[in-house]
Amino acid sequence: MDAAAIHQRLKARFEDHVGDCDTAAKDPSIMVSPAAIVLVCQFLKDEPDLAFDALSNESGVDYKAKNVIEVVYHLYSYGHRHSIVLKVDAPRDNPVIPTVEHVWKAANWLEREIYDLLGVTFEGHTDLRRLLLPEDWVGHPLRKDYVEPEEYHGISTRRESLLK
Amino acid sequence: MSLINTLPEMVITTKADQFLNWTRKSSVWWMLFGLACCAIEMMQTQGPRADVDRFGTAPRAAPRQSDLMIVAGTLTLKMALRTKLLYEQMPEPRYVISMGSCANCGGLFQLAYSVCDGVDKVIPVDVYIPGCPPRPEALTEGILKLQEKMMHEKWLVRRRAESAAA
Amino acid sequence: MSLTGYEVEVERRGSAGLTTEEMTLNMGPQHPSTHGVLRFVVKADGEVMIEAIPDVGYLHRSIEKIAEKVGYHGFMPYTDRVDYIAAMFCNQGWGMVCERLAGIEVPKRGEYCRVIAAEFNRIASHLLSVGTMVLDIGAATPFFHAFRERERINDLLEELCGARLTYNYMRIGGVAWDLPPGFAEKSLAFLDQFEPLLDEFNDLITLNKLYIERVADVAVISAEEAINYNLVGPNLRGSGVKYDVRCDLAYSVYPELEFDVPVGCGEEGTVGDCFDRYIVRIREIKESVKILRQCFKQMPDGPVIAKVPRKFKPPAGDAYVRVESARGDMGWYAVSDGTEFPYRCRIRTGSFSGISIVDKVSRGLMLADLVAVIASLDIVAPEIDR
Repeated sequence: MDAAAIHQRLKARFEDHVGDCDTAAKDPSIMVSPAAIVLVCQFLKDEPDLAFDALSNESGVDYKAKNVIEVVYHLYSYGHRHSIVLKVDAPRDNPVIPTVEHVWKAANWLEREIYDLLGVTFEGHTDLRRLLLPEDWVGHPLRKDYVEPEEYHGISTRRESLLK
Repeated sequence: MSLINTLPEMVITTKADQFLNWTRKSSVWWMLFGLACCAIEMMQTQGPRADVDRFGTAPRAAPRQSDLMIVAGTLTLKMALRTKLLYEQMPEPRYVISMGSCANCGGLFQLAYSVCDGVDKVIPVDVYIPGCPPRPEALTEGILKLQEKMMHEKWLVRRRAESAAA
Repeated sequence: MSLTGYEVEVERRGSAGLTTEEMTLNMGPQHPSTHGVLRFVVKADGEVMIEAIPDVGYLHRSIEKIAEKVGYHGFMPYTDRVDYIAAMFCNQGWGMVCERLAGIEVPKRGEYCRVIAAEFNRIASHLLSVGTMVLDIGAATPFFHAFRERERINDLLEELCGARLTYNYMRIGGVAWDLPPGFAEKSLAFLDQFEPLLDEFNDLITLNKLYIERVADVAVISAEEAINYNLVGPNLRGSGVKYDVRCDLAYSVYPELEFDVPVGCGEEGTVGDCFDRYIVRIREIKESVKILRQCFKQMPDGPVIAKVPRKFKPPAGDAYVRVESARGDMGWYAVSDGTEFPYRCRIRTGSFSGISIVDKVSRGLMLADLVAVIASLDIVAPEIDR
């Protein structure tokens, strides 16, 4: 099934919660509202002719100019060998998106990483804590306005060039 | 006359310091502290071609059983605190080789927010080996340089001074 | 006390006033197992594990953020460090995602050079992976056999691109240099002498009863679970799912090459145990040798790199590509805003999903099995932390 057909199915089922499908792009993506993302994902996984049984990737992108943080879901179906891209936007100052951990277990660690590096809170997540950075790190580094700290536990993060 | 027949009457004269240093340098046991890419080259150095075991070195799992810590790879800030702890667990005399650009000065990860720019910010280093990653031959030369450094140490003089001060 | 499945039946001995207690053990981040800086907090009741929680991030070098600072061309050396054991695939992934963003087509000979470099790297990576797996389990000799062959592959790749580990061989639009003269003959000579040595390696360890006792029926992962946790590559194929990005999504020149996709079938135990994941890797090495022979025979002449501007500015948009790395389907997602610096680069690796399942499968296993589980899932720390 191609992206346009999948978009039609979703639009028929979820109407306003599903936005447009950008079919001209290299990877056609479908905008979904945060309130409906869990139901959309459950539908995509359970329907026999869609059968998206794998969450290949979940990334967060910080669009400072548009003032949103976008979470991009790349789904894949091993049964039908087709894929689709979903995008969810959340406001930059308080990004909260429901978790899809109960649909695909792979989302557990993927969402923890997005929380760690971008600060997106996933509602309903069983274990939302920092993954890659130390527990006492301040800030979310992948944001565009992140300022790197001067030191961490007494170790300075600057190094003098020996050539001077 | 063959050497073995003269052995009972043979006398070798040397300084006690030199003899002690020769025994110490011939059996430098290093702690497995491979962090990143340089760890693979460290494993290749242990491998059949650039066999570093012929210089008496052997890998050990725990810091309490080792003389040398080869910091092979990038040191992140999260790891730097543990590195200090591991260094303090090593018994004296202890040495540190900083292997690779990342351990020397942060390497190509100086642009990163989470990388400690060089292991010498946390522990004192004896030998720096440049490279990204250094070849097994480079690591072997680094170990040989460390052995040279050990030969010049006056260990007994230090010990006497410490016990006199105590 | 039965230990099947993931339920742990713990017998609390009440006789003679002896009670058992849980202990919390710390494994790592410095430990003799060779998979990088990983830390596990293991709650164990005696020898049986109740929980094994991974603590990662000790090698987080913020490679994704650095992409935004160094530009598209400048990011190629950093991709080597994402998975330094199978660095060619990372190079290929970044090259492919940039080419997809800008609509560049790689010349045929360039694609063949990429496949040759990648398949040599796959053999080297699998050799290291099985060599360290058997070393962790306790067999020292096959480790040296594997590393001896790896040295010869390192020599060949050093002749090709100048580096032994972090190659930086591929560029956006193709590869940096053509194959040096005499490379094909040397490679074919190496492959001729390597195949019987692989059988020697197999004789040493694969059918060894002690080894089979340690890995068969340990940490069985079913196909549904593997897909749910997004396991990829040999981990997924070990659980019986026949999926290989080279065949199913057909990128580069793989459609012109003939090779099989080995799948685990539970020959020594159950489908999806540690032995299946191990044997899939051994068989993949043989398939890579087949692919390499075909490549050297059918390579056309021509340029090896397309014309790509120095200041590479792809049109705004995003793209996602998959590469079948040694550790599985590696996903590269890049967002471009029209400037010469990527807006966002995201790398989704096989080890990331591999380590997320370790806690689930190790409940009920013995402490010594934890090492077998980590090794069979072929987890390397830089892929998790990037």
